[in-house]
Amino acid sequence: MNLRVAAVLRKELREYRRNKFVVGTMITLPVIFLVIPIVNVLTIRPGTDVGAVKAVVGAANLTFFLVPLILPTVISGYAVIGEREQGTLEPVLSTPVLERELLLGKALAAVIPSIGIAYALFLAYSVAVRAVAIPEAVHLVWEPARFVGMALFAPLLSAFSIWVSLAISVRANDVRVAQQLSGLAMLPMIGLIALFTFSIVAPTVGVAFVGAAVLAVIDVAAWRVVSTMFDRERLLTRYGRSGPADWPSNRG
Amino acid sequence: MNAPAIRADGLTKRFGSRTALQDLTFQVGAGEVFGFLGPNGAGKTTTVRVLGTLVHPTSGSAEVAGVPVSRTTGPELRRRIAIMPEAPGLYLRLTVFDNLEYFAGLHGITRAAASGRIMAALETVGMAARANDMAGSLSKGLRQRAALARTLLSDPQVLFLDEPTSGLDPVATREVRELIEGLRSRGVTVFLTTHRLEEAERLCDRIAIMNRTLRIQGSPDELRRQLFSSAIEVATRGPIDDPNAVLGAVPGVTGWSGVGDGRYTVNVTDPVAVAPVLARAVVGSGADLLRLAEVRHSLEDVYLQLVQEDVEAEE
Repeated sequence: MNLRVAAVLRKELREYRRNKFVVGTMITLPVIFLVIPIVNVLTIRPGTDVGAVKAVVGAANLTFFLVPLILPTVISGYAVIGEREQGTLEPVLSTPVLERELLLGKALAAVIPSIGIAYALFLAYSVAVRAVAIPEAVHLVWEPARFVGMALFAPLLSAFSIWVSLAISVRANDVRVAQQLSGLAMLPMIGLIALFTFSIVAPTVGVAFVGAAVLAVIDVAAWRVVSTMFDRERLLTRYGRSGPADWPSNRG
Repeated sequence: MNAPAIRADGLTKRFGSRTALQDLTFQVGAGEVFGFLGPNGAGKTTTVRVLGTLVHPTSGSAEVAGVPVSRTTGPELRRRIAIMPEAPGLYLRLTVFDNLEYFAGLHGITRAAASGRIMAALETVGMAARANDMAGSLSKGLRQRAALARTLLSDPQVLFLDEPTSGLDPVATREVRELIEGLRSRGVTVFLTTHRLEEAERLCDRIAIMNRTLRIQGSPDELRRQLFSSAIEVATRGPIDDPNAVLGAVPGVTGWSGVGDGRYTVNVTDPVAVAPVLARAVVGSGADLLRLAEVRHSLEDVYLQLVQEDVEAEE
């Protein structure tokens, strides 16, 4: 990994570990996300209508896709605005670090723990369901397509979430506003995922791969767009992009 | 002046309809400590940001450490400089060492190489023993020193210090000044913005005073000569009987005024040449000469004179 990206990643993880709000959220939210779906699925009684079982399992599965979408927004709200608020942004921008390196390091620092937590929760949920739930629920949860979907979508959804959050973070003026806007921006994506988890669109392995490919393309495009939006001048002053007309527009 | 480490030519920066800088032209020689003075809102920080490629000039050109200031050359230029903003900008939840390790990484220094550099930088600012302290636990003076250590990591050719002693107590101020003097001896070019005139006078080889436009630049002595006519202060025991005949007759004297009982200010063309002749004339007139000295204007006099001119111009 590029030295500067690695430096940003390492620093961000160190800071998160010492931020009580971030640590508290990273512990509390996953516990809630794990307990509620397990309780819902385990309380399905034998002989329950198949449609009702699908609805409960669908809602539970949706919860696990929310983890990689929501957790990064909690962290990344601090990514740029937090730096500006504590006066660390100007020294950072004074170094040779490139916009895309800084953003990639920050994105990885939010994505890596989010993916780890999402996988761990889904695994714990699946094991619990297999051990205790009724066979109809086990069959739905242990469909191979759902595991492939989680394996592929958790990192891609996390990345999508982080780029949207960073886009908002570089333009917003307050950490909480950035976090709330980021949460709102996730709603359309949650709607799309719900189509699969509720089996409105058949969750096959093929569909999972196609969906993942599309999301990967969107993620790469979003990285480039957010890097372009990252304007040192705008972040340090309230103005930006005011160089002479003959200045090259491509930036380092 | 040595070969320029900083060159600005007609540098102008506007934020919307507000002009922050107007037509700045100056050069700073390699190894110089260059003081940049001006009232609040004069554009000092904006100048540092423009030269550091953090904001882009509306017009004009500049070159720093041999690299033209432009959008495309930003990373290359920033490899050769370091900027210490007015606020230390440390991550308060990290240790001093972790803070510096992060910035070493941003400069592309490997972790293996960074460790030695960090300890050397902390030694320079007298903070090696505090490497493992949390930045949030440090006093303001220590944070400032840690921030200065951070700027040394990349071994910069040009160092921009924006109000480095702002808000520090006298002891911490003296320590930071000693560090700046140490940098001069290492051949680092230092661009120092400050409000503290005595600091600029003590530390800087040359000084520029600005208030959106560059009002004056030169060594402290040159600034005094540019703004104030040369004068000699004469003190005698009792008034001279006919001061006009005694003082006004000396070649090189352009005028005089009495400022009290036996005290005179004599305007001269060249104090060094005129002073001996003037002394002989006063003694020859029968007066008891108590003191004869060149009138020294402080940098504060120069600064206040310029700022007053700006205020009057605005009125």
